[in-house]
Amino acid sequence: MYSYIGRRILITIPTLLLVSVFVFILQKLLPGDPILVLAGEERDPEVIAFLREKYRLNDPIPYQYFYWISSVLQGDFGISLRTNQPVLELIKEKLPVTIQLAVMAMIIAFVIGIPTGILSAIKKGTITDYLANIVALSGLSVPNFWLGIMLILLVSVNLGWLPASGYQPLFEDPIKSLQTMIMPAFVLGTALAATLMRHTRSAMLGVLKADYIRTARAKGLFESVVVLKHAFRNALLPIVTLSALLFGELLAGAVLTEQIFTIPGFGKLIVDAVFNRDYAVVQGVVLCTAVGFIFMNLLADVAYLVLNPRLRDQV
Amino acid sequence: MTSAVTTLKPESTHRDESRIWKKLKGNKSAALGFILVLFFVGIAVLAPILPIDDPTGTSWSAIRKAPSDAYWFGTDELGRDILSRMIWGAQASLLAGVVSVAIAVLIGVPFGLIAGYFGGWLDGIISRATDALLATPFLILAIALAAFLGPSLTNAMIAIGLSAMPIFVRLTRGQVLSVKTEDYVEGARAIGLSHTLIILRYILPNVFAPILVQATLAVATAIIAEASLSFLGLGQQPPAPSWGSMLNVAKNFLSQAPWMAMWPGAAIFLVVLGFNLLGDGLRDALDPRET
Repeated sequence: MYSYIGRRILITIPTLLLVSVFVFILQKLLPGDPILVLAGEERDPEVIAFLREKYRLNDPIPYQYFYWISSVLQGDFGISLRTNQPVLELIKEKLPVTIQLAVMAMIIAFVIGIPTGILSAIKKGTITDYLANIVALSGLSVPNFWLGIMLILLVSVNLGWLPASGYQPLFEDPIKSLQTMIMPAFVLGTALAATLMRHTRSAMLGVLKADYIRTARAKGLFESVVVLKHAFRNALLPIVTLSALLFGELLAGAVLTEQIFTIPGFGKLIVDAVFNRDYAVVQGVVLCTAVGFIFMNLLADVAYLVLNPRLRDQV
Repeated sequence: MTSAVTTLKPESTHRDESRIWKKLKGNKSAALGFILVLFFVGIAVLAPILPIDDPTGTSWSAIRKAPSDAYWFGTDELGRDILSRMIWGAQASLLAGVVSVAIAVLIGVPFGLIAGYFGGWLDGIISRATDALLATPFLILAIALAAFLGPSLTNAMIAIGLSAMPIFVRLTRGQVLSVKTEDYVEGARAIGLSHTLIILRYILPNVFAPILVQATLAVATAIIAEASLSFLGLGQQPPAPSWGSMLNVAKNFLSQAPWMAMWPGAAIFLVVLGFNLLGDGLRDALDPRET
């Protein structure tokens, strides 16, 4: 098992290198010249030449990549053109906000998606199953930015129950923080709940046909014990691994949600950076998201192996 | 020679096709999906001949009018008829969905065929590049590409197509790996057919079904992605109508004109639901394990 994990980690190295190449090329292809922005309104040719030399922009592209990746590996992602702050500092500042949003969305998705999936599987072919499937598919089809707008209209504008926007750090004022984040987390968690519901249903249906479930029923166990103790525990495996993958996607899905609810997180950072042509920030955020995504993929693979003893013997 | 190989293909192909069609026809959800898609395609195609107002025509005397007999869906902040903009917006959304998926399929499938069929270093390079692209979340990649290409509907379609492409590479490669060891492919190889002919005539038709299912579901994702990019100002540019950009403007008038936000979102929801239902139905019909 350890050798498999080792191999799996080794495979991520070329992927990470290629991601860094893509991110670097993307920055090179972005329109506009960052040096002109740095040079200010006067655009003194001497200053421009100095800056080009300083940032090694006169060097061949492969050399530029080498310098850039060396800096990134040392934790230096560059400086934001807009705020003049180091990109790493910006990321450290914004990431916890998005992680809080993603964790809350994940909890909401679990609370809605898993019980509905179990119910749908044990009531297969009934009206409950049909309704649960329709609701799940609707959850997957609804654009989350529209859902966000509709919730603001209903909950904030009409009922006045929750604030429509803003952010309060969790550790400064937990109650207010939860109040501002619950609506965006619900919006973000909806599609996820639908995905979890469909996978839970599918996994449960597979497990409920197994011989050991028939045996458990034959022993006269209560149906709730059969479903929750015997079936669900075995169906949990693909759900746990899927959750790791979905968490990575949540970080990206937060882009629009943060935009609607004006949450100063990772997603808003990249949108603002794109519109302000803040190249270093775009590079840093895309690279960090990709690394996070690869890490969650790795975690999902390892979790699958750890949770499934039969697989351990095969690898 | 070709006929000799054809006889090696499974004989039940026609029986399978009729079984699949029968299953698809009997699937009520898929039928509902098909009707929804057909409805939106219908209004998008008929937009130029429908008796509706000019979608870009402003009217200062009709600013933010609530739905009424004169304006069924109300008017927006410039007095434009929302129903008319919705109908023309359907064109942008469906076009974006279909064109971006076509881009993804036309680039992704050939790469997947090459990687799966030839294997070796070609497969290694294509697969690693695909992994790297898949590691960058879809929407973030689309936003970054759309920003690089510049804000417009065409560029949004290219950005979405390129971002969706790796999924098709991986899917096609996986399917080819299982098909290329089939007897009829081995037979075609044994009688000396060229690689191109084997790929086009014996492999591609047999990996087509899952690609079709994925493409149908990808249209739904692409429509949401186009709406998201337009919502952020990176897709269709004003005054041309687009559901995403209509929502972007509508969010500023939520308390004064809530109808501005309701209709475009409902339309996106319904068309995406249609493609999802249709895609699910296709998947069930094509899955031999489903009875």
